[in-house]
Amino acid sequence: MIVPNLHLLVVHAPEVANTIRPGQFVILHAGEGAERIPLTAADWDREEGTLTVIFMEVGTSTGKLAMLKAGDQIPTVVGPLGVPMEMRNFGTVVCIGGCFGMGSILPVVRELKENGNKVITILEGRSKNLLYWEEKLSKYSDKVIRLTRDGSTGYKGHVKKGNEILKEMNIIPDRIIAMGCTTLSYLATRDYAHYNVPIIITLNTIMIDGTGMCGVCRCTIDGHMKFACVDGPTSFRMWRILTWKKQNQGNVRG
Amino acid sequence: MEETKSRKRERVEMPKQAPFIRKRNFQEVALGYTKEMAVDEASRCLACKKPLCVEGCPVEIDIPGFIKCIATNDFSAAIRKLKEKNCLPAVCGRVCPQEEQCEIKCIVGKKGSPVAIGRLERFAAEWEASQTIMELPEIKTKTGKNVLVVGSGPAGITVAGDLILAGHEVTMLEALHEPGGVLSYGIPEFRLPGKIVSREIEYLQKLGVKLICNYVVGKTKSLSDLLNEYDAAFIGTGAGLPWFMEIPGENLNGVYSANEYLTRVNLMRGYQYPKTYTPVIRHRRVAVVGGGNVAMDCARTALRLGAEEVYIVYRRSRNELPARLEEFENAEEEGVIFHFLTLPVKLIGDEEGWLKEIECLKMELGEPDQSGRRKPVPLAGSEFRMRMDACIVAIGNSPNPIIPTTTPNLEVSKKGTIIVDENTGKTSIDRVWAGGDIVTGAATVILAMGAGRKAARSMHAYLTNGIVSTGG
Ligand SMILES: Cc1cc2nc3c(=O)[nH]c(=O)nc-3n(C[C@H](O)[C@H](O)[C@H](O)COP(=O)(O)OP(=O)(O)OC[C@H]3O[C@@H](n4cnc5c(N)ncnc54)[C@H](O)[C@@H]3O)c2cc1C
Ligand SMILES: Cc1cc2nc3c(=O)[nH]c(=O)nc-3n(C[C@H](O)[C@H](O)[C@H](O)COP(=O)(O)OP(=O)(O)OC[C@H]3O[C@@H](n4cnc5c(N)ncnc54)[C@H](O)[C@@H]3O)c2cc1C
Ligand code: SF4
Ligand code: FES
Repeated sequence: MIVPNLHLLVVHAPEVANTIRPGQFVILHAGEGAERIPLTAADWDREEGTLTVIFMEVGTSTGKLAMLKAGDQIPTVVGPLGVPMEMRNFGTVVCIGGCFGMGSILPVVRELKENGNKVITILEGRSKNLLYWEEKLSKYSDKVIRLTRDGSTGYKGHVKKGNEILKEMNIIPDRIIAMGCTTLSYLATRDYAHYNVPIIITLNTIMIDGTGMCGVCRCTIDGHMKFACVDGPTSFRMWRILTWKKQNQGNVRG
Repeated sequence: MEETKSRKRERVEMPKQAPFIRKRNFQEVALGYTKEMAVDEASRCLACKKPLCVEGCPVEIDIPGFIKCIATNDFSAAIRKLKEKNCLPAVCGRVCPQEEQCEIKCIVGKKGSPVAIGRLERFAAEWEASQTIMELPEIKTKTGKNVLVVGSGPAGITVAGDLILAGHEVTMLEALHEPGGVLSYGIPEFRLPGKIVSREIEYLQKLGVKLICNYVVGKTKSLSDLLNEYDAAFIGTGAGLPWFMEIPGENLNGVYSANEYLTRVNLMRGYQYPKTYTPVIRHRRVAVVGGGNVAMDCARTALRLGAEEVYIVYRRSRNELPARLEEFENAEEEGVIFHFLTLPVKLIGDEEGWLKEIECLKMELGEPDQSGRRKPVPLAGSEFRMRMDACIVAIGNSPNPIIPTTTPNLEVSKKGTIIVDENTGKTSIDRVWAGGDIVTGAATVILAMGAGRKAARSMHAYLTNGIVSTGG
């Protein structure tokens, strides 16, 4: 556990670690009877052949993962899945990470920097004790901003507050990338729409196979049906999404 | 006369679970012949000199040959004969559309019911499985060549089986966590028990096939990269991309693709919930859209999960129903309600985003279309609504695009199917063959197997003498 309810898991999966790119995810399956869980890669080590994921314990199958001990075997690690995030020099990129996204945004931040971008990273959390990896992220960010809802550290407020902060710092983003829970993605697309720049979010839909076979991850974008697992999950600009199958998250919870 | 007597005799019925019992459990519906029944039925075969049934079989099983063995109580010879041509008799005996392949041609059928070829095939396979020692065929001297098989459905299984016996090393890669393709994740337990599929896979492994699950070719590694490690490759990745109707409301809760619904229940063992953690909601009123085997499977699965009313909504009439007759009859017996000539046009939800109603149009049959079937045309003003908690879309699948989109120079058709030489299964890329649903679009188990066999023959020729023959 790295912060309350968030767990860090390092898995040995050399073939996956070897080809994974920022924005891609893997599916873990804790064994017979459990569900297959999509998790974004938060880091990897190609030499060691390991892959790091950070996940929130929300239900049965993530609970099973949380109970694993060092050295345990996970029968299923599939990946890398999804389309890697588009990477080049965009100019100034604002990256927002909340919840598990503070971890999974690391590879994004790192590669943006390698591509010569100016990277502003915003860590968003309810309270001070829920922020993590600030040091790692600072290494590749021009600036790291803390944002907590209770004001226990950094600025007090939610995603919207970012507007003021950016203004204060005279930063005009060329691209915004938000990773984390659905609320965060939604708020980012709503509160930053006025910049009129691409806002990239990850679609955390329910998934089963992650290969385009079941269609549970479908969403409608610009009137066309897309599958988050093979067309996404990070290649969409949320503000153009008309409807998406957010409800599906309730769908499986009979 | 003996012959006339046997010709007149009707086929031996196969015992089944009674509809009112089976519609509430996931055990296999058909129970299979006993030895006596099988011998009795086998004796109806006339052992024709020019057997028409064989012409109807896509893999040309020596049908009279294996039936004769059963009639003479030599079951082990029967299974050997079957396996000469068909490496999955336990599967094919259950799911092949015999009524439009071999049995439809059977001469006995001209005057009465045809010989029950499928049931006999199934019997022979079950007999073999019940034996404690399974005969392992001889493997040719190792050639030292390495073959890659992508996808573990019937096409991949066939190629792997044929090439390992020919002495090559075979590695099979599968994207999901369990092998078998549609046989595992699609066709339900009550029609094809999972243990039959795992038996076939174990058999391959015993022969030495190396199986690696959780490996998505095109993602984990590209096919082009893998070709550096293997001498030849076969693509049998199936037609797994579900179609939707593209009508309003399809993103509502309670709307599933057939693949999702069946995968949850079969592969993820949702039918054992709450023992497993894949919840599948017990919907009360379920509409399944489509008229093929897939639609029948979904409808019958919904019943078994406890639905009160299950409807099949199909836009053509009963005559055009593409499902196997047997499956249609099973569904009807179990109480599935059929709405023919009906087309859903809109799905309507409640405030919380759950499906509430489906709006449909009545259709009538017009002129024949390209497929030769009469085209359904909507009747103006015939809209009506039905209350539904769930809608399962079972209107077809396209080929899985992952490999075509990540393999440069692989020729594909507009429909996304891989283009191959008809006689050999060879693709446009050096050392790569393909077959099954990824080439034909959604078809049948036996056609996928047949394609695998053809490709295996050509691959073997290439691996032994470096020649890729085309045109026969
Ligand atoms: C591409 C992708 C990448 C993801 N990356 C990560 C990651 O890096 N770290 C991480 O922690 N999670 C990530 N998720 C979400 C994660 O997969 C789910 O939280 C997990 O599958 C839940 O499984 P469970 O069986 O434990 O919970 P369940 O028992 O299925 O659900 C328990 C409760 O959690 C809620 N819930 C389930 N899924 C979500 C969701 N996606 N968002 C909000 N609430 C949900 C349900 O409504 C329910 O109340 C990702 C999802 C996708 C599609
Ligand atoms: C519900 C249902 C019922 C059916 N009923 C019948 C029936 O009664 N009779 C009949 O004859 N036919 C039936 N069919 C059709 C039949 O099952 C298929 O035609 C047949 O399985 C096709 O075989 P295949 O080997 O080409 O592909 P599949 O069986 O689809 O197998 C392909 C495999 O490849 C894997 N794969 C895909 N992409 C990759 C990748 N990139 N890397 C690695 N692995 C990959 C998939 O996960 C899958 O396991 C039915 C189909 C369905 C869906
Ligand atoms: S056509 Fe019928 S009677 Fe003739 S060999 Fe085939 S199964 Fe037997
Ligand atoms: S997860 Fe099944 S299609 Fe995307």
